[in-house]
Amino acid sequence: MSEVIDRPLRDDEKPAASRLRIVDCDVHPSLRSTDDLNEFLPRRWQQHLKEYGSHLRTPYLFTTPYPRSSPLIARRDAWPPTGGPPGSDLAFMQKQHLDPLDVEFGILQVLDLFIFSQQNLEFGAAIQRAINDWQLAFWSHRDPRLKASILVGQDGVDLAIAEIERCAKIGEYIQINVSPRANEPLGRRRYWPIYECAQALDLPLGIHVGGYGGHAPTGGGWPSYYVEEHQSNAHTIAAQLASLVIEGVPERFPKLKIVFIEGGFGWIASAVWRMDQHFERFRSEVPHLKRKPSEYVRESFWFTTQPIDEPDEARHLRALIEWVGIDRLLFSSDYPHWDFDDPRFAFKTPLTEVERKKIFSTNARAVYKF
Amino acid sequence: MARHIVASTSEIPPGGNKVVDVAGRDIVVFHVNGEYFALLNRCPHEGAPLEKAACVARLTSPEPGVYERSRVGEMLRCPWHGWEFDMRNGQSWFDPKRFKIRSYPVAVERGDELQKGPYVAETFPVRVEDSYVIVEV
Ligand code: FES
Repeated sequence: MSEVIDRPLRDDEKPAASRLRIVDCDVHPSLRSTDDLNEFLPRRWQQHLKEYGSHLRTPYLFTTPYPRSSPLIARRDAWPPTGGPPGSDLAFMQKQHLDPLDVEFGILQVLDLFIFSQQNLEFGAAIQRAINDWQLAFWSHRDPRLKASILVGQDGVDLAIAEIERCAKIGEYIQINVSPRANEPLGRRRYWPIYECAQALDLPLGIHVGGYGGHAPTGGGWPSYYVEEHQSNAHTIAAQLASLVIEGVPERFPKLKIVFIEGGFGWIASAVWRMDQHFERFRSEVPHLKRKPSEYVRESFWFTTQPIDEPDEARHLRALIEWVGIDRLLFSSDYPHWDFDDPRFAFKTPLTEVERKKIFSTNARAVYKF
Repeated sequence: MARHIVASTSEIPPGGNKVVDVAGRDIVVFHVNGEYFALLNRCPHEGAPLEKAACVARLTSPEPGVYERSRVGEMLRCPWHGWEFDMRNGQSWFDPKRFKIRSYPVAVERGDELQKGPYVAETFPVRVEDSYVIVEV
């Protein structure tokens, strides 16, 4: 990673259709405008959206509490020439991302309209439903590589289950997405009906970092800087991993697959070691756990790779990968966001062909059953 | 090093750039405040196309809340992860010992001077009143 790049690309570095064949577990499509949703949103909620807009748990309407590193947190080169925000033009996405990087499947992750953080649960459910329909009509049906997720707000459990069941009947969605910043830690029993439903339908649970709930983004309060806040994505899902494991979700729903998206993976080894160590000391506090936390993590959880950690020494990245487990990692690019990882250059440590294949394709294919 | 005529000066407006293929390399030539800089069009981090980079100022801060700008337009901010590079030599502003974009010598020469030299390739419609940007690779 350290040498000066002063040579033309070698053939094996060029985007070669036959070489990559990747599954990208985190591609962000965007609404061109909220009018895109009109055909999927009952008049009443269209009106509500126009008149009241979002009602969130954080202040500052139509913005985020932290300035982002770039407009719409996007790569500067990802603004479609046709206008509209990054990620809103399928043809451009195909040309810039899917085709040259040889994406065999791309999993859509919608963040528009602060979809998980709507305080008005019925409005939230209407928006989620519209966005679930929009994902198929505007994306999956126009490019079958792009796979849609069922987005639900888990704080309205009944509404969520109704939506999951509606979408599952359609049969085209590949996972259920909930927020990492719900009102309570994700392991709480109030959310279990969603997990039960996911297990019964054999749909993985996707948890994409970000958004704002009612709590500060870090356990220590509201940070001062975006760079600090960006770090907190990893803390948040580390806390959610602990909550899910220790409250007994994988014990109770052993077939449920849980995928943490966009949290990176550098933090996992330490979190799991610590849980195991404490489990040995305090297991009488949690007699509902039959096995060590690490065993649940190894069987029930997967982690997408972006934003990949970049230690100074390549072997340290290698060690992280091994600690987490080659089988647990799913490649993701986060296109078109500013911290996008290019599959050709993101792993600055050697991987064998078999390992590459697992991380870039077969692990995801097994989890999502492509 | 061979010299390659890559553009007429009028083709690259101030603050703009032009991507050229020189000897099989994807090179981007920037025009900043009357000067031209040529760099490999590829970020050494993950390969982002630098033609989409922002031309920014050097931003320094003696203390929180106080910012100073200098060398306006001469720093290149990668379109992806925002690493910054000095356009004059390709040096990374972050970890400068380890990261550098390959940069190339650039000259601007008048068309009528060029016409006398060996570089009046038939393929270039040289108009003698123009100046041309020359990159050495
Ligand atoms: S590719 Fe340029 S900063 Fe990452």
